[in-house]
Amino acid sequence: MIKFVKRPEPSKAWTIATPILAVILTMILGGVLFALMGKDPFAAIRTIFWDPLFNDQFAAYSRPQLLVKAAPLILIAIGLSLGFKAGIWNIGAEGQYIMGALAGAAVGLAFYPTDAWWIFPLMVIAGGIGGFLWAMIPAILKTRFNTNEILVSLMLVYIAEQLLASAALSWLRNPEGNGFPGSRNLSQIPAMSNPELIAGTGTHWGVVAAFAAVVAAYVLINKHMLGFQIRLTGESPRAARFAGVKDKLLVLFCLGTAGVLSGLAGLFEVTGPAGQISIDFGAGYGFTAIIVAFLGRLHPVGILLAGLLLALTFIGGELAQFMLGLPSASIQVFQGMLLMTLLGMDIFVNYRLMVVKKEAL
Amino acid sequence: MTELLKLSGLTRQYPGVRANDDVSFSIGAGQVHALLGENGAGKSTLVKMIYGLEKPDAGSMQLRGTPYAPNNPQAARASGVAMVFQHFSLFEALNVAENVALGMENPPKMHALAQSIREVSDAYGLPLDPDRIVGDLSAGERQRVEIIRCLLQDPKLLIMDEPTSVLTPQEVEILFKTLRKLQSEGTSILYISHKLEEIRALCDGATILRLGKVVGECDPKVTTARDMAEMMVGQILHVPSREGGETGDVLLDVQGLDFAPANPFGTRLKNVSLSLRAGEVLGIGGVAGNGQDELLSVLSGEAKTSKGAISYCGQDISGLGPNARRKIGLLAAPEERLGHAAAPNMSLTENAVLTGNIRKKLSKNNFVNWKKTEAFARDIIAKFDVRTPGPDSAARSLSGGNLQKFVIGREVLQDPTVLVVNQPTWGVDASAAAAIRQSLLDLAAKGAGVIVISQDLDELMEISDHFAALNEGKLTAPRVAKGLTVDEIGMMMGGAHDLEEVAP
Repeated sequence: MIKFVKRPEPSKAWTIATPILAVILTMILGGVLFALMGKDPFAAIRTIFWDPLFNDQFAAYSRPQLLVKAAPLILIAIGLSLGFKAGIWNIGAEGQYIMGALAGAAVGLAFYPTDAWWIFPLMVIAGGIGGFLWAMIPAILKTRFNTNEILVSLMLVYIAEQLLASAALSWLRNPEGNGFPGSRNLSQIPAMSNPELIAGTGTHWGVVAAFAAVVAAYVLINKHMLGFQIRLTGESPRAARFAGVKDKLLVLFCLGTAGVLSGLAGLFEVTGPAGQISIDFGAGYGFTAIIVAFLGRLHPVGILLAGLLLALTFIGGELAQFMLGLPSASIQVFQGMLLMTLLGMDIFVNYRLMVVKKEAL
Repeated sequence: MTELLKLSGLTRQYPGVRANDDVSFSIGAGQVHALLGENGAGKSTLVKMIYGLEKPDAGSMQLRGTPYAPNNPQAARASGVAMVFQHFSLFEALNVAENVALGMENPPKMHALAQSIREVSDAYGLPLDPDRIVGDLSAGERQRVEIIRCLLQDPKLLIMDEPTSVLTPQEVEILFKTLRKLQSEGTSILYISHKLEEIRALCDGATILRLGKVVGECDPKVTTARDMAEMMVGQILHVPSREGGETGDVLLDVQGLDFAPANPFGTRLKNVSLSLRAGEVLGIGGVAGNGQDELLSVLSGEAKTSKGAISYCGQDISGLGPNARRKIGLLAAPEERLGHAAAPNMSLTENAVLTGNIRKKLSKNNFVNWKKTEAFARDIIAKFDVRTPGPDSAARSLSGGNLQKFVIGREVLQDPTVLVVNQPTWGVDASAAAAIRQSLLDLAAKGAGVIVISQDLDELMEISDHFAALNEGKLTAPRVAKGLTVDEIGMMMGGAHDLEEVAP
């Protein structure tokens, strides 16, 4: 009989090893899936993980995409990870992302066609505030009326999507757009664009912000009293109260930070890679970032790596669709598998397997 | 006297520790046999083997002359072995009869069961209404539910693990009457305790365990408590000593405090008043669940109280949170070590900053100085003899007693003006408990005020200047501890909780 036995202390080695093993296991399970679909599993895995970076034909296009896709994921996931560490479950980053983009774009377009250096920074601030205010709705409802932040933040995503649609169709619609939905193309307005900073790398201001967020979160969690209080609250709320943590303030801080970072991610996306407010602007980054946060074990550096990995599966998945004709749903299944295996492997951090002699009854 | 249970050479190995090593003794029919030993001596492992929860690696047991090797508690109960655990396994939202039924193999119909509960409780002097909700019962009454659950199965051997730790002295007397009645009917009792005077009053045989081995047998009726204690710890005991110092100004003053806890099964504090002077040790006794946790939480600042209820050195501190109170010198150590006083998965260093940040200045501009924090953790480990591989160990990896030493040491070394502790030596071995008590006395000798909330009356009598008792959220007026009799203490603790002895 095989039994799980609790470790006296969480294993450091397994904490690092589980994400790697989860990725390998996902490759194997995914390979089986692709094989069952009649595709060559090795070709599929190679197309997803290898070709986007090293294939002579595509890499020049797809390599910069890695940072473009990873930046919003990392930025959002860093914000989410603070709350998740403290046991505050913000599932609505997608809504905060959309509201950041909307607020930033609206502020920028209000000054159109002024051309001034301060417009883009102002839009960045507006984007952060947009996401922040949207996150404050579940935060204040939770601290005031003890509502469940999971439900409230999730529901607000759908409201944000409706606001996005109305913006694209009416109040932010391009007056010179011949009646097509969607705003002016911000990336083509110099005062409002978020350009590629280093040619051929995909680096834009959002990438810079993502790296800055990783460093700031690392310092906060490991060196700052507030980071300690966040971890303590997640570990044991009663001990946190005894340590003098103001739990309501912590809820506001964690949701607020996630809101700001998600809003910024949205703003950098709408002024750069996406270019405009459109009905389908929300591409699911806010939800995928939840996977990124957990895949990175809620650790800033882990999130950085997980964001890059997930971005790779996005790009590789598109490539596999195009090259091998894999349906996009199977790529989503593949990403889901990644989270499931990771959570499944998680048990080894706190438990170890022991073979126990079967007891005679 | 015929032999009921005979243990020969029982051995149980856990990873890294031999919990029981070649343990042999026997219990006679109708005997009350004491199992003595410090925490970690192997008492729990031994009774778990008798009750079928663990299996011995070597050795054998015989029950009434036939081999006895229960695979599980059901098998043990079928053979006539029953056990009352120290921690109750009862559902607060269910009534007494339902709780009893849940612990039975083939429970009878509810009304029949209620009837037999009444009969057994009458016969053994343990009044209990089968229809009451367990959440409303006192700890003593809850224990009666467990005992009656066992008695309904007509056991030949009843194992009781620290049964009196939740009882008032009067309730203890009545429990003993019940146990003696059982004994006179031929039931054997294996009685686990570290309260030696109780064992002397009740038991007619004792086996002493130390580090998993039997180190002695004695007849408690003729052996002194001190001799038994020294057999338990294997060394001469140092009794904490104190100079009867003068007490100074009032440090902490609580007047007419009312407090309703958020937890529906918590205890409401009613009109609690106390005052604590410099150099004074105030002992607060009482059965668990009578408002101890709530009292600690209002003093530590975790729970907010009405304005003006608590003042410290003349200043109203009712509105101050835990850290503001730490800053001015009011520290606390709660009872629950894992999850309240310490975070289980965090290292000792991290747990040191948990309460030590303010007074030990472990952070600057809110950035934690981990080097300084680790030095503080090392200091606690060294001065309070915490047995651990080092300050990086997770709190949950420490044994209960060692973590307790860490928790108390963390507060004592912060040099408090007033220290409030709840159950400071719970689960700590005798010599370490003496060291903890001594450190509390030393604090008081240096002019601090100390409030010790405890269920261990011996401990309170040993170190307190004044004694008060909590009973259903009410605090009695403090009395000078010296010279208080057990009867007086018992009455302060609420007597026998409306318990009446049955006429013989």
